[in-house]
Amino acid sequence: MTALINEQGLRHDGRRIEDLRPIKIEVGILKNANGSAYIEFGKNKIIAAVYGPKEVHPKHMALPDRAVLRCRYHMSPFSTDTRKNPAPSRREIEISKVVREALEPAIMINDYPRTAIDVFLEVLQSDGGSRCAGINAASVALADAGINMRDLVSACAAGKVGGQVVLDLDDTEDKEGQADVPVAIMPNFDQVTLFQLDGILTQEEFKKAFGFALGGCRKLYQLQKEALMKKYFGHGEPIVEENE
Amino acid sequence: MAAVKKSLVVEALRRSQMTELLAKGKRLDGRGPLDYRPIRIETGVISKASGSARVIIGNTEVIAGVKVETGTPFPDTPDQGLLVVNAEVLPLASPYAEPGPPDEDAIELARVVDRGIRESQMIDVSKLVIKEGEKVYAVFVDVSVLNVDGNLFDTTSYAVVSALLTAKYKRHEIVDGKLKQLEDTEPLPLKTIPTSVTMAKIGDTVVVDPTDEEEAVMDARLTITTDSNGNICAGQKGNAGTFSFEQMQSAADISRMKGEENRKVIREVTGFAN
Repeated sequence: MTALINEQGLRHDGRRIEDLRPIKIEVGILKNANGSAYIEFGKNKIIAAVYGPKEVHPKHMALPDRAVLRCRYHMSPFSTDTRKNPAPSRREIEISKVVREALEPAIMINDYPRTAIDVFLEVLQSDGGSRCAGINAASVALADAGINMRDLVSACAAGKVGGQVVLDLDDTEDKEGQADVPVAIMPNFDQVTLFQLDGILTQEEFKKAFGFALGGCRKLYQLQKEALMKKYFGHGEPIVEENE
Repeated sequence: MAAVKKSLVVEALRRSQMTELLAKGKRLDGRGPLDYRPIRIETGVISKASGSARVIIGNTEVIAGVKVETGTPFPDTPDQGLLVVNAEVLPLASPYAEPGPPDEDAIELARVVDRGIRESQMIDVSKLVIKEGEKVYAVFVDVSVLNVDGNLFDTTSYAVVSALLTAKYKRHEIVDGKLKQLEDTEPLPLKTIPTSVTMAKIGDTVVVDPTDEEEAVMDARLTITTDSNGNICAGQKGNAGTFSFEQMQSAADISRMKGEENRKVIREVTGFAN
């Protein structure tokens, strides 16, 4: 096996420590869904679909002042090296919960009382960092569905591999590395909506990794905006904002 | 899972009362933002378990039991023992808890506590091997929540850690291709005390050790676990609210400070030196 970080400071797939993997986002790829997006994030291939706002079933789950946001993160049985049992695992149930909680702050949930908004994430192929990739796609799909939002949600992980803090770990780095820190933010509010951490980091490494992840999130935000521009205005020119 | 029934009107009233108090640095029960409720830990409460602990923080009460059995290692880690952490909120723990398979809250609870133990490398799993690739020890930690009053994450985490620190298991060896249990017992190979600190953001204030009432109105929750060296080994944000970047950084500092304080309590009870 090749070293996780070689003498030239390059990672096993040739990236430098602060490089993202190649990313492609496509908006509106499913006919039936109110909003949808497809993301390729390295070898991750994920479809996000949004249905709603719609009637809530069962009815007693409806809330009088806001929409119910529901989220399902699911991995296809063929998405991993060894076949994954299609039944939802404890890991998928937890990720569904944290993804929902990462997206909810950005949605104007009180605009849609007594309704449900369903977000589905299907991981067709996974390669580390699929929850972050999924959040990026889901947030674009929510915008594509025309749901009122305060901001997009952009996500990216950082971590520690071969003793060094790096951006965006793939599957090998996640397994062999020392730590993984997925983060999601609302870029225009500077607010963290998802934060998880596993592995050992000193306080200094934590600060550095957190900073790396925020930088990655900002890059993802640009890609998300370009993908939406491309669908709705036919070109992918980045939007220049006055406050930036 | 909460012991306080969610009600829009009551929540709004209680929230405004809480934020008014927090502006003066006070909480409903008189604590300051960074004060824990009294922590009580009792170990060795279940003699049939390899290790056990009952932890009470305020009115939250949980019991954890360790069972060490033998099992087959995972194919990708043939040289490591197994660790399984499971948590359940018993139906007797609150008027709103219901029997049935663990819901997403209970799964998250167990997985966050598991992450703290696993990622801190508290247990030296390489020493829990009987025969590489064939037989290893499997450490099962099961937690039952007996009474819900907020901060299940820390209460559960301290119970699991205290139960592991005081656990003793029977050695096994393979004689003529057969697994044989030896009579002598020994403590688990442990290296560090992971200590979680759970914070709640209410309005613009971050408080530690939220009660159930506080959790009912909080914007967001954050759990950060540190090891005995003060390194961060696990983290999880919960609830549909947000933290600012500055709050995240100060939360890391708070978790190290309060974690060290609470680690002292665990050390005193268990007699573990590291």
